[in-house]
Amino acid sequence: MRSIIYLVIGIFFGIVLFKSEAASWFRIYEMFKFGSFHMYGIIGSAVTLGIILVQLIKKYNIKSVYGEPVVIPPKARSIKRYLFGGILFGLGWALAGACPGPMFVLLGAGYLPIFIVIVSAIFGTFLYGALKDKLPH
Amino acid sequence: MNWIYDPWPWYISGPLITLIMVTLLMIGKRFGMSSNLRTLCTICGADKAADFFKFDWKAQRWNLIVVIGVIIGGFIANNFLSNDTSVDLNPKVITDLQAKGFESAGTAYMPDMLFSNGALTDPKALTLLIIGGLLVGFGARYAGGCTSGHAISGLSDLQIPSLIAVIGFFIGGLVMIHFIFPLIF
Repeated sequence: MRSIIYLVIGIFFGIVLFKSEAASWFRIYEMFKFGSFHMYGIIGSAVTLGIILVQLIKKYNIKSVYGEPVVIPPKARSIKRYLFGGILFGLGWALAGACPGPMFVLLGAGYLPIFIVIVSAIFGTFLYGALKDKLPH
Repeated sequence: MNWIYDPWPWYISGPLITLIMVTLLMIGKRFGMSSNLRTLCTICGADKAADFFKFDWKAQRWNLIVVIGVIIGGFIANNFLSNDTSVDLNPKVITDLQAKGFESAGTAYMPDMLFSNGALTDPKALTLLIIGGLLVGFGARYAGGCTSGHAISGLSDLQIPSLIAVIGFFIGGLVMIHFIFPLIF
């Protein structure tokens, strides 16, 4: 039963990413060229509403449907790893025009070369895991 | 119901993404797509090579099911919920892209130069797709999250690390488009 819920959430997310054009390489390029408000509108409205709802969940101590507290664990304090990791991610996001959600949307939509990006991203993740102890965090 | 078949505006799409994040929170999960790349590494046996991949991947099975859903969602949206998938870009951006050789700008969802089947046999396109993927995978794990985990989920929780990561995403993206693209296209 829970698996079906996860599947439905994923299908819905995939449809939203495709229909919003957030999965389009062109929209990412246009965003970094400051050519349109579209992507800023998506991220901005998602975050604004997200801040309101997460603060409400915290303020009223709202429990999950299974009765457990809703926790978003705080990320460890650091500047280097978020900044360096973020910059590398941003370089790839702009080049491939896809982040880890849209990659899978595009695979489903039938753009076969995205498979190369997905396999490389998995390998990139592996490289991070292998080099982790040698990197500044 | 015709609006379903048109591109969805930002003020519909953004709140729907929030709805997905909050739904996951309410069923005791957290929104984060790049974690799946780590899980896939472990399933492929990376735990034998590095401790970073030694974790109980079965606890992440739910997230892999979300990914399968995302793939199906992309298929449904492209095949059954769209009449015309060409992206209505800013005309200046179209002119700029066409001058760089992206002829399908303004008439397609993805650039032919990188995402048509012909790209699979073009050494330049393949190289760029591989480098892009490597950077996304490496950078997401180094930063501890991607657009979903940091930009949406982390910023919604007002976490400073997520703000630093998102600033990093934009520095990287701006450098790629404004300084590196002129060298490669």
